[in-house]
Amino acid sequence: MSVRDRVIAILAEQAVLDPAEVSPEMSLEELGIDSLGLVEAIFAIEESFDVSVPFNANEPGKSAFDITSVAAIIAAVEGLVAARA
Amino acid sequence: MRRVAITGAGTINALGHDVPTTLEAMREGRCGIGPLDIRDVDRLSIRIGAQVRDWQPETCFNRQNIALYDRFTQFTLVAAKEALAQSGLDFRGKLGLECGVVLGTAGGGVNTWDENYRTVYEEGKNRVHPFVVPKLMNNAAASHVSMEYALRGPSFTVATACASSNHAMGLAFQMVRAGAARAMVTGGAEAMLCFGGIKAWEGLRVMSKDACRPFSANRSGMVQGEGAAVFVFEDWKHAKARGAEILAEVVGFAMTSDAADIVMPNQTGAERAMTGALADAGLNPEDVGYLNAHGTGTMANDKTECAAVAHAFGHHADRLMISSTKSMHGHVIGGTGAVELLACIMALRDGVIAPTIGYEEPDPECVLDVVPNTARQKKVKAVLSNAFAFGGLNAVLALKAA
Repeated sequence: MSVRDRVIAILAEQAVLDPAEVSPEMSLEELGIDSLGLVEAIFAIEESFDVSVPFNANEPGKSAFDITSVAAIIAAVEGLVAARA
Repeated sequence: MRRVAITGAGTINALGHDVPTTLEAMREGRCGIGPLDIRDVDRLSIRIGAQVRDWQPETCFNRQNIALYDRFTQFTLVAAKEALAQSGLDFRGKLGLECGVVLGTAGGGVNTWDENYRTVYEEGKNRVHPFVVPKLMNNAAASHVSMEYALRGPSFTVATACASSNHAMGLAFQMVRAGAARAMVTGGAEAMLCFGGIKAWEGLRVMSKDACRPFSANRSGMVQGEGAAVFVFEDWKHAKARGAEILAEVVGFAMTSDAADIVMPNQTGAERAMTGALADAGLNPEDVGYLNAHGTGTMANDKTECAAVAHAFGHHADRLMISSTKSMHGHVIGGTGAVELLACIMALRDGVIAPTIGYEEPDPECVLDVVPNTARQKKVKAVLSNAFAFGGLNAVLALKAA
């Protein structure tokens, strides 16, 4: 499974949606993922890809990890995976 | 001062997953203690406990909630659901602003601590699930009950070891009696039957390896249990006005501190708590027909408690029935007073006195009528329920038949 598909699967599980219902331009708000859901999704991403996500819930805007949309999250995770390799 | 009615009761413990099953087990003198079914039990020297069997959280909660609820919270929510259904109260309107939740627990989310220490220390991982803190905090159960039922008044959690839920229920009683709340959801829960929980208790060397035999000369120590019990304490007039069924009346409460020792019980402190509860309730010793003992099955507790009861009740002590239901449901630690209040309600409502099971040999230092092994049919007007915590914190409740 690609990074993209795995990230979508994690977000879909958090949003209690089918992965097919999650599209790249959607925001976390549109997916119905709240702050606790977000930290749980980040935990799942870290576990799944063996990466450390630079995200501080106090300063979501300043974090290096872009969470503005599903596409942004996928790109950020791809970056972390590439950096790890 | 207002009168206080109990209008709902709920539980889950080793004897049953609800109140009727639990009371039936108490009537029949059934024992909920058995071999522990937990991870790494082979590394424990204590391998028995009163576990909640056949517990399937997925039948009660969705996947996301299970991720957020420690076992003690799950037990609390199951018990609260039964109690609130029985009370028939709906807190979603204005009533919820005048009602709250006060619960007792000694350890809170012990399973969550244990699982996550295992993750970082044993498995060497450097990352834990984000819900660790909201799961393990002692007030998690009280908070989830408040959220589930829109209880928006005073809510908090009390931690006084083995007296936690008696302190919690005593405070709930005082709040309703004083008019500070119209109704309070109260009781307690404990779930520390996991490797780390039992291992910690092993260190004290007060645990039995075979059975809990309170007041019996061949006693061998306490046996830990788990579970929850939750009640609705309601302003009597409010309950009457809406035609609610009243299970019993809470009439008195007293708390004392031994100011003496961090583990050893103290006769005077226990005695003062009992006489204080009687005075608060306006009861004479001879009005009380049954006393639910703290009765842990340890040498230290049983002898001290019997001497304290004898002093507090004087000549009436010989006529008083006193039993320790911990012999059946185990010592539910911070939830134990709440589970034991069920036996008190059964005595008042049904005239059935729960027995002290596992009683084999009379102890010359415990000569009271401990209702050995078999339940007794006897009408009683008033009861007391004792809880004496490590650290010398004592809390005694007095109840009367409705």
